[in-house]
Amino acid sequence: MIPADLSGIQRIIRRNKRRDLIFAIFGFIALLIGVLTFLALFLQMAFAGWERLTPEFFTSFPSRRAGQAGILSAWVGSVLVMLVTAVSAVPLGVAAGVYLEEYATRSLVTDLIEINVTNLAGVPSIVYGLLALGVFVYAFGLGQSILSAGLTLGLLILPVVIVATREAIRSIPQHIREGAYALGATRWQVTRDHIVPYSMPGILTGVIIGMSRAIGETAPVITIGALTFIAFLPESPIGPEFPWLNFEWLKSGFTVMPIQMFNWTSRPEEAFQQNAAAAGFVLVLMTLAMNAISIWIRYHLRKDIKW
Amino acid sequence: MESLESASFEPLRVSDRLARKALRNTKERVIEALLFAAAGVSVLTTVGIVWVLVSESYHFFTVVPIWSFLTDTMWTPLFADAHYGILPLLAGTLTTSLVAVVVAIPLGTTIAIYLSEFARPAVREAVKPFLELLGGIPSIVYGYFALIVVIPLLQLLIPGLPGFNMLGAGIVMGIAIIPYVSSLAEDAMRAVPMSMREGSYAMGGTKFQTAVRVVIPAALSGILSAYILGVSRAVGETMIVAVAAGMQPNFTMNPMEPAQTISAYIVQVALGDLPHGSIGYQSIFAAGLSLMLMTLLLNVAGHFVRRRYREAY
Repeated sequence: MIPADLSGIQRIIRRNKRRDLIFAIFGFIALLIGVLTFLALFLQMAFAGWERLTPEFFTSFPSRRAGQAGILSAWVGSVLVMLVTAVSAVPLGVAAGVYLEEYATRSLVTDLIEINVTNLAGVPSIVYGLLALGVFVYAFGLGQSILSAGLTLGLLILPVVIVATREAIRSIPQHIREGAYALGATRWQVTRDHIVPYSMPGILTGVIIGMSRAIGETAPVITIGALTFIAFLPESPIGPEFPWLNFEWLKSGFTVMPIQMFNWTSRPEEAFQQNAAAAGFVLVLMTLAMNAISIWIRYHLRKDIKW
Repeated sequence: MESLESASFEPLRVSDRLARKALRNTKERVIEALLFAAAGVSVLTTVGIVWVLVSESYHFFTVVPIWSFLTDTMWTPLFADAHYGILPLLAGTLTTSLVAVVVAIPLGTTIAIYLSEFARPAVREAVKPFLELLGGIPSIVYGYFALIVVIPLLQLLIPGLPGFNMLGAGIVMGIAIIPYVSSLAEDAMRAVPMSMREGSYAMGGTKFQTAVRVVIPAALSGILSAYILGVSRAVGETMIVAVAAGMQPNFTMNPMEPAQTISAYIVQVALGDLPHGSIGYQSIFAAGLSLMLMTLLLNVAGHFVRRRYREAY
């Protein structure tokens, strides 16, 4: 089996090195497939939708005529739904993460919560849509509104926020807590003045990743019954008189960017496909921008933290 | 801070101090209760999901016998002659997932090995954000890509391929789940201690030999659970198949044909307006329950694989 002469051994070494090289090439190609797919997808939408990316595209309602259709109701809907999602998921997720890391002692209940968070992260998003249809839309009577959609997506990204909060808190060294406790701080004072501020970059990263996932979610929002053709805007959140806030928009019907894109994609006419490309380009730019922000936060804000 | 500001230089009476301490303790307890309630919301979510799916499906199964749901080979809930057999939708879900897995597992594993064992740190740092972005693209955009780019390309290769088919949808779905598979598998491989690799190198092993004979066996539990997570993602994926695989239930495992998946059926019904409480409305909850059970089974399997094959160092 093992050749006794030097040339035989050299042959084996050459063969093994060749295999190494072949695999390295394969690995590089596999990586290229991933990266090139991303570029192909992005550039195809940019070229196909380029003509439609005019200012009017952002200020027009959808229309039967593809050339006049725009994404006004879609992007306004997306922004408002995201607002509800952030307001519901961030406080809940951070509070839950803080509880699990700083307060909970190991018990059956906390084990249960932990297993539960892990499992929720694996539930398909469309199932959240069914939950929202049964609970928010009908049982709570919130209807097919911005509020229902925002809360649904809030629940969907809750595990992301919780996990990010926990990881950020876990990286804070124990002596920070001990220092504060030694000065007589209560647990809440330690949490509020030290733990939460120091874990902010990590929490923010998680929140943005979660939001960038939520803004592209289509299936759960369709399931609760978002409309695909909306030619009106919800009432403005800023009211004319004191306290200058208006909550009527929460009950309004709506559409969001990915649903508008789905609607255009499923039409056979070429011109609507062009609109779909333009809407998809805007949608991907939005998620790219959010991801870029989170990557920036991870590299720059965290770099400054030295314990 | 507040205790410092309110502290006066007059020494407090003992009773005042005790009162303040009691107030502070109450506040602490209230806050802890609030935080616990926030953590409880995730449990309530699960309870809500199970309750909604089971209660609506219960109504559904009082009309449609569970046996015919599981064995009937036709799914025509919106026709006058309604059949409620989950098999065609199940076949669609399994076929698209199978295609996706055939794409995602080889590519994802190769990428993971390459990044963990071969690539220089600079390359790794440059490429990983791209993979993360690939994982962050909305699935509706992938659906568009499948319909407008990938299926026309496939039609050039395979003449007679219909405009909607499971092959194109499955391939794109596979690309969409590559980042999940590759990043989890890479994490598992990078967790293998350096000393094990060094042992192999010291014996004259090449990088490839080390990867295949040392790193992969040691990281097997993590790699397998990455695969299972990928499958579970594919099973629950909705928009790609809703856009590109066609919306007709079709009892076939042939990826060249159009078909509907369980998730795509739910979307189709939600797009129309079925009245609340009708059998058609309840059928999407029965479909959702089947989907939920499949992914739950996969997640539990993943959990056990991680436990069973974990090698501790």
